[in-house]
Amino acid sequence: MVPKIAEHPFLFTGCWELREMLGRSARDEQQLLDVIEEIPLDSLSYHTHSFFLRHKYIAGPYPNDFATWAAIQVRDRVLGEKLGILDPYDFENLEVLRTEIVNIIDEHLSQLQIIPRVIYGEPFHFMQSRIIEVPTGLEAQTLTEFRKILASVDASVVYYHNFEAILRLGRRKGDFALWIEEQLDLPDLAQKISRVDFYMTSLESIRHRIIKLCDKSLGKETHE
Amino acid sequence: MSHLEDYREVVPKGTIDFLKRLAEQVKGRKILHINSTKLGGGVAEMLRSDVLLLQDIGIEAEWQIISGTEEFFNVTKSFHNALQGQDQHLSQQMFEAYLEVNRENARRLSFDAHYVVIHDPQPAALIESRLTQGKWVWRCHIDISRPQWKVWSFLKQFVVNYDATVFSLPRFAQRLPIPQFLIYPSIDPLSDKNRDLSTQEYAQILSRLNVPTDKPMLLQVSRFDRFKDPLGVIQSYRLVKKHHDVQLVLAGGGATDDPEGETVLSEIREAARDDPDIHILLLPPDANLEINALQRAATIVLQKSLREGFGLTVAEAMWKGKPVIGSSAGGIPVQLVYGVTGFTVNSVEGAAFRIHHLLDNPEVMTKIEEDGKEYVRQNFLITRNLGDWLALMNYLGRTS
Repeated sequence: MVPKIAEHPFLFTGCWELREMLGRSARDEQQLLDVIEEIPLDSLSYHTHSFFLRHKYIAGPYPNDFATWAAIQVRDRVLGEKLGILDPYDFENLEVLRTEIVNIIDEHLSQLQIIPRVIYGEPFHFMQSRIIEVPTGLEAQTLTEFRKILASVDASVVYYHNFEAILRLGRRKGDFALWIEEQLDLPDLAQKISRVDFYMTSLESIRHRIIKLCDKSLGKETHE
Repeated sequence: MSHLEDYREVVPKGTIDFLKRLAEQVKGRKILHINSTKLGGGVAEMLRSDVLLLQDIGIEAEWQIISGTEEFFNVTKSFHNALQGQDQHLSQQMFEAYLEVNRENARRLSFDAHYVVIHDPQPAALIESRLTQGKWVWRCHIDISRPQWKVWSFLKQFVVNYDATVFSLPRFAQRLPIPQFLIYPSIDPLSDKNRDLSTQEYAQILSRLNVPTDKPMLLQVSRFDRFKDPLGVIQSYRLVKKHHDVQLVLAGGGATDDPEGETVLSEIREAARDDPDIHILLLPPDANLEINALQRAATIVLQKSLREGFGLTVAEAMWKGKPVIGSSAGGIPVQLVYGVTGFTVNSVEGAAFRIHHLLDNPEVMTKIEEDGKEYVRQNFLITRNLGDWLALMNYLGRTS
């Protein structure tokens, strides 16, 4: 079978995250809750979604900053676990995600006699993302080219075309799956890529999984 | 001099090509860095490499230093200590001396650039003389999380006139009406301080320093400064020495803007007394190869600072595959992910306990050495710093 050549090539874009500090911090879980209710959505995105951009190669012990802080700095592992299992991709948008986080913390605090706070640890420092898009200038027209380029580019490309595309640009399947489905007519592969669990892992690990799926598909093509 | 391409082999894949694309977005713009010393200290070291790499990637980058009197540097040392939380008495005359030197420098320097980056408190008041349309950024490398209020209030009147500030850690952020960005400092893996050494080079340097290699070596590299707690390191060493026949090397440089070093050095010599296994090495500011060799010779590296801007000596040692035990000051915990890339401790006893633990468990040491080096590769190499500055230039350019 002759590999399909895409009419519109896939343009690989990466990103650089500039980290802006809001100058606000929380020393206990009530303060955390209060500030989360007020922060800009870019800050919520920083502490949940772009957590992965800062853990390109090693997955953190908890998959977002709120869970990590509760578990490690406050030493409240119960809240850490409740926030840790939260998958931001289950939510339609950041505002809905904010509501859910607020509900989790609020409910947790309602069951406690005292407000857990940092004693030896660090306060929670609120930040926000300034994402700078960087087109790499690389483009692919076939799955072979796509796989080859994906294997060599900066890991932020994986973030941009999946996390950023889904979260801010509203492309729910992610750019990789969308292009493979629409341009290469490979709906099975597209579906498998869109089902890769982006949560609880690192960008390098996601890249590796997608490349493996491409390799499997390319192997099929070769033998068919 | 290293070129960007030289880093391709040591940085994560795709990084160099990505940085080149990022640089294209700010091509044709000029950035000017200004600080107070060309020698000694992490800032000067980092700036040297930063400027060369910016130039190499096609950005017009320049580095200038302010000149000052001995009185000025005594005042700014007091500023430095006060901003890091130490009680200091500062008179009106001292503030005036600070302003006068800044004004003199403003008359001498040209600020003709799209981005003017002022490093640390010494030249912060240069903003008073801002005439051009460029964006001014105050890059603060020190820990100002608990500043002495009088000095911070004085400095803040200048800081608020900048377009943005850059700090090394989130906890250093202040209540300011301007954007505050976070940029972790970085090390240059190809500099004399961090590059691979040949066996011959390594042996020659250690022999020249008269440091024996017959006993496991505990090492702390830092300026001879009370904030680095060299006396606490000696106490930890003495606790370990009861169980392990180790030696301790305290290697310190001085910086031209630090007049306090001599006094602290005398205190350390007195504390070490006649112990033949404590080696105190006063190194010149450019002793990069010597520090490199010492870090490679060390069994365990310590960074037991009480206050720290960031503590890049930690990343330097990790890059050489050494296990590091550090305090929780400044950026040390950012580099030492507890139990994964190193250990943070909170006391003399804690440092001694972890040294003991590692010496008794070489397999733990090996895992930490591997993970620590990889962690530095991803997060603390100069190419990441270059990217942050290019991104900041891009962002500030957009907000013009």
